Amino acid sequence: MSNNNASSKKKVTSTDEFIKGLWKDNPVFVQVLGMCPVLAVSNTAQNALAMGLATAFVLLMSNILVSLLRNFVPKQVRIASYILIIATFVTVTDYAIQAISVELHKSLGAFISLIVVNCLILSRAEAFASKNNVSKSIFDALGMGLGFTFALFCLGAVREILGNGSIFNIALFSEGFQSWIVMILPAGGFFTLAIWLLIINGIQTRKTKS
Amino acid sequence: MSKVADINKQNLAGSKKMLLAMVSIGIISALLIVTTFELTLPRVQKLKAEALEKAIFEVLPGTVKTQAFGVNDNGELFKMEAENKTETTVYAGYDANNNIVGYAVEASGQGYADIIRVLYGYKPEKEILIGFQVLESKETPGLGDKIEKEVHFLNNFKALDVSLSSNKKQLNNKVITVKQGEKVNPWEIDGITGATISSRAIGNIIGTSTETLVPILYNHYKNNNHKTSVSNEQ
Repeated sequence: MSNNNASSKKKVTSTDEFIKGLWKDNPVFVQVLGMCPVLAVSNTAQNALAMGLATAFVLLMSNILVSLLRNFVPKQVRIASYILIIATFVTVTDYAIQAISVELHKSLGAFISLIVVNCLILSRAEAFASKNNVSKSIFDALGMGLGFTFALFCLGAVREILGNGSIFNIALFSEGFQSWIVMILPAGGFFTLAIWLLIINGIQTRKTKS
Repeated sequence: MSKVADINKQNLAGSKKMLLAMVSIGIISALLIVTTFELTLPRVQKLKAEALEKAIFEVLPGTVKTQAFGVNDNGELFKMEAENKTETTVYAGYDANNNIVGYAVEASGQGYADIIRVLYGYKPEKEILIGFQVLESKETPGLGDKIEKEVHFLNNFKALDVSLSSNKKQLNNKVITVKQGEKVNPWEIDGITGATISSRAIGNIIGTSTETLVPILYNHYKNNNHKTSVSNEQ
């Protein structure tokens, strides 16, 4: 897949690293990584945003730590130590969200703990942070994290509008609106993801052709 | 794969170095987690207590003061301090004149995804349930979690019949969930299509809890509300 363009030794600036995650190598729309939270927690815009930001935070912190420790951790135990680092920050995030709002913690439920196994985070640790310095890793994490949040929000907003007739719990339509229940069910997640993939990839293919 | 070969060709670190790396990362992790836990604990507890307090006032409108009770083996209520929580906790709500408005009862049971914890309000004067709230649930978002939001479902708990038989020892009718739109009797809960299991679970939780607790609470109300109103008159 295309996530290796960082390792192809072109001159890349920090801004490139940032933009790459947001658009060109968007973790959801281009790399199709971390599908479990993308499909499961994107049923409302608020959940999607919270989930995206939580993931971005974990990604940022683990990228920093992995990058700092990249010369200290022996190759054989690198995956184990990445997982340990990621799990730590996920636990920290879990407590933090509980302290911010019990409601939010309630609605995200088990998916916060499942950030541990989000392949996006492990892939950035392995493919980027373990080979680059801290500042580049920070930009990479910010780009990828916000790209992930953006993608989740795109899905969450569409699903909430169609499935619930509201956005951020604010009703958009009059009483007569018949909500598409299917959109907040798992099937709706697949439909929405497919349509977004079609749109984004359509735009990107056109760009590369012209 | 060439990458695997690369790794094998490199000077592999010795066990000592591996152990050192893992142990030190482990220690850093442990410290981070413990620090965050300690830092957030007071706030998390405060938020949870606030949420419970809010829920009690919501299920018992007109309450100004609450008192937590536990239930002992003889089926009697005893006053409880906040620290030593027992399995069943009952909160009595008092109005400004120290009369008992009703009781808020914590109950829990198996839902679709995990244990559901609910709080319901019992008004002994009219022998009905007057309020209901889900305190904790992991029910499927968009489906099972309708038990927390769906208006027609929550309307069930505005006057749910839990009247006692003439000897005041048991309920006339156990609370039960029926299919959506099929509620005919005042002790039935109108279920939710699309959240069948979760709404039935609520029926079970409330049914089991009210079956044992309502006679106890009614008794407590008869014995205590009288006393307080008398002492107020003096």
